[in-house]
Amino acid sequence: MENKHLIDIEDLRVSFFTPGGEVQAVRGVSWFLNEGEALGIVGESGSGKSVSAYAIMRLLQSPGRVVGGVIRFNGIDMLSLTESEMRSIRGNDIAMIFQDPMTSLNPVYTVGDQICEPLMLHLKMKKADALKRAEELLVMVGIPDPKRRLKQYPFEFSGGMRQRAMISMALACEPKLLIADEPTTALDVTIQAQILEIMKDLKSRCCMSIVLITHDLGIVSDICDKIIIMYGGEVMEFGPIESLFTNPRHPYTIGLIRSLPKIDQMEGEPLTPIEGSPVDLMHPPAGCPFAPRCEHCMKVCLTEKPPYFELEPGHYSACWLQYDRKER
Amino acid sequence: MNNTEEKMSKVSLRLNPLSMHVNPNLFVPASDEEKEELVVIRQGTSLWRDAMRRFRKNKFAMVALVLIIILFLFAFAGPMLSHYDYDQFNQGQEDQNPNWTHPFGTDRFGRDLLVRTMYGARISLSIGVVAAMLTFVIGSLYGSISGFVGGRTDNIMMRIIDVLYSLPDLLVVILLSATLKGPLENILQNSKVFSGISELGPAFFSMLIVFALMYWGTMARIVRGEVLRIKEQEYVLAARAMGANGGRIIRRHILPNCIGPIIVTTTLQIPAAIFTESFLSFIGLGISAPLASLGSMVTDALQGVYSFPTRVVFPSVIIALIILAFNTVGDALRDVLDPRMKK
Amino acid sequence: MLNYVFKRIFSALLAVIILITATFFLMHMVPGSPFLSERMTDSVKANLEKKYGLDKPLTTQYAIYLKQLSQGDMGTSLQKKGRTVTGIIAEKFPYSAKLGLFAIILAVAIGIPLGAIAAIKHEKMIDRLVMLFTTVFISIPGFVLGTLLLVIFCAILKIAPATWSDSPANYVLPVISLSFYPICYITKLTRSSMLETLGQDYIKTAHAKGLSAFVVNFKHALKNSVIPVISYVGPLTAFLITGTFAVEKLFSVPGLGRFFVDSVSNRDYPVIMGTTIFLGCIMVLMNLIVDFIYGMVDPRIKLR
Repeated sequence: MENKHLIDIEDLRVSFFTPGGEVQAVRGVSWFLNEGEALGIVGESGSGKSVSAYAIMRLLQSPGRVVGGVIRFNGIDMLSLTESEMRSIRGNDIAMIFQDPMTSLNPVYTVGDQICEPLMLHLKMKKADALKRAEELLVMVGIPDPKRRLKQYPFEFSGGMRQRAMISMALACEPKLLIADEPTTALDVTIQAQILEIMKDLKSRCCMSIVLITHDLGIVSDICDKIIIMYGGEVMEFGPIESLFTNPRHPYTIGLIRSLPKIDQMEGEPLTPIEGSPVDLMHPPAGCPFAPRCEHCMKVCLTEKPPYFELEPGHYSACWLQYDRKER
Repeated sequence: MNNTEEKMSKVSLRLNPLSMHVNPNLFVPASDEEKEELVVIRQGTSLWRDAMRRFRKNKFAMVALVLIIILFLFAFAGPMLSHYDYDQFNQGQEDQNPNWTHPFGTDRFGRDLLVRTMYGARISLSIGVVAAMLTFVIGSLYGSISGFVGGRTDNIMMRIIDVLYSLPDLLVVILLSATLKGPLENILQNSKVFSGISELGPAFFSMLIVFALMYWGTMARIVRGEVLRIKEQEYVLAARAMGANGGRIIRRHILPNCIGPIIVTTTLQIPAAIFTESFLSFIGLGISAPLASLGSMVTDALQGVYSFPTRVVFPSVIIALIILAFNTVGDALRDVLDPRMKK
Repeated sequence: MLNYVFKRIFSALLAVIILITATFFLMHMVPGSPFLSERMTDSVKANLEKKYGLDKPLTTQYAIYLKQLSQGDMGTSLQKKGRTVTGIIAEKFPYSAKLGLFAIILAVAIGIPLGAIAAIKHEKMIDRLVMLFTTVFISIPGFVLGTLLLVIFCAILKIAPATWSDSPANYVLPVISLSFYPICYITKLTRSSMLETLGQDYIKTAHAKGLSAFVVNFKHALKNSVIPVISYVGPLTAFLITGTFAVEKLFSVPGLGRFFVDSVSNRDYPVIMGTTIFLGCIMVLMNLIVDFIYGMVDPRIKLR
């Protein structure tokens, strides 16, 4: 029996039909995730990394629409589900947390009220039981004095605590998959580390799968088993974390890694950015989307889309440079 | 990892690399020009051209603009086309329904209602525009000084406006206009300077003064906000560094950049003033006989409403049209000139 | 919260005092005495003025007035001989109050749901219709609308009563005229507030938890959206008060608004003073109540 993937995305395409034209945000993305695995989706703004996650949850804001591809969760074809079936999955089997904890909680309801909502909705708990469970959840994410905290309002929580509360709310119904959209971007570095620790802990304890979306390579290395590097709505490179970091092949990935400030960098040494501006997704290029910014760009890169070349087991890069090497 | 390879082979665009036939000559580095062709840079437009283009696209606003022009012509050019005057008692022609000689009919004194309506519109439009201009001048001056000087002075100046606005405005307007009537009457009758326009009556001027006094605060607050915003920007710093003094900076750098919100606010003050004027005239505390204000014409028409029910319609509809037209244009200008709302 | 309440009460009292003082001095700067219209000899006029204390210096009159005010005495009307101002207010205010109250209820009961639905169905037909309707009608002054309603329903169709009596039928048209502008304003306000709320992150979170659209819109979004609407009720009261001046005249309602307008034309000082102060206090009180409710609804204020 084939090992069923927890979630399986095949050739996903998402476009936004704006008055100005069709913006192709996701242009043929495929990946899969098994139980207990953590996937990192890395890319800059506009790369389509968040959009693919929203497509899974069917939370795309209009005028966005899935225009092609398949999304399978536990074997179920997600795109063919009705809205009410989707609702029973959201917050229940798949949960999502967002970037800015300061604005992700409703300011006029207590934290307890908001955590109890999914419990009462999906698990049909009574309010009293839900509150007890909410207390346990707060303890699990490391918030002290949970009884008092549940009665408080979000503005009485600090940023890090709010994100913890968000996590506990996402985990309330013990989802099999947690999608985290830039969960630490809005937080201080020290709080970042704490949140990542919590997520790592939960992953190992509850055997929960995580999709971590971020533009920060550093975070990904800490918690993920494999990574996808996205650019211009397409996947540039993907593979297990060790091989990708020790042996990056795609120029974009190399550029990303190079642009990270290093701890042993000399003072006054300039940082190395990636030159150029992002892709115009209304007029997407025929060839490799990264071509105009790539220092190794060849004529073929501008006109033909590179296929995925396997470099090491499980480690793929979509770059014509690999083809060159292969022929030799 | 057979699964993965299978997966990859299913991905539509990507074929098995070994079976691709790609021209080896293409594997030479691409030139910078070739790369740049792919980068599409969008053309920038100036704020004004863009704004006017978007304004023109707004059908309601264009219709409203045309309506305003028509109303102005109606009010100012219209009476010249008729041989009746607004206070002319036409004996024997009292209480007529609309007909060819008197398209809006006549009132109980035989006065032609079409001409009276035109004069009423004239008064309303004049008050509206002049009052808005007054609030613009007073408000911009006050607001730009307050914003520019900043600090405690700014605080105090804004506090004054807050106190002013905490008073129930229409009550004060009513009381003020009643207060000013007397002195204005004296001034108008005794001073040579105003002899030409004195027939407009003290109520006209008292309403102008009162409106300007009560409502300059809105303009002042907006201008101050803009001044504060622009003050922080670099070109102001540059001007200062070149030795420009306060007044010059305000005139040449700050005010031209706040023009957007100023225009919008001024445009929207016009219908507000017209509303206030017609309201006051309606309840009898504004413009009064023999002058025709649209508001007082409605009141007059109400007296005979059971016998001549349609007589109220003309002045009422004109008031509504004027206010609606200016509000529409003002809202459209706001949509178009507020850079934050650009899609 | 307590701190907030005290601050509000203090500014309210300050506003009232400023109002009383401003009105007093303003009224007495009006040249011409209330006895101008009556034909009498100068000595009779002087006697009358003495009787009503109008010959004393202004500041003394002010002090006297304040003293009387603190005892609940607003003086007697100069035009309606012998009737106390407080008595007049007590008799006429209930009519105006009923008009205003019904208007507020109507405005909120229609405006909030309509605005919310328009926001939820953004850019769809119902939203466009609502926007069109409110944009047009918000520009039509209440008295113009009232006039047209009067013409249509009283004069032409003859289904509304022509003379005043204190029956429900008589309240329909005045309340509608009074409430049209507030309905439009509250609808627009709720709609834009709701649109802004619906774009917030916590709405995304609510959807991600699997909550139904109804719960997300009416539990999570609406409570946040009504906050600015609550703040509007203060200025709304001011609008309604002045609105009654016109509407009462139009529909012959024997309320305080119409009487106030008459007293201004007649220079009936005590009535003008008393009514202005009374109405001003009502506005201040409403603002205070609104601030209080606001504090209760928004937990950020409740707990600070």
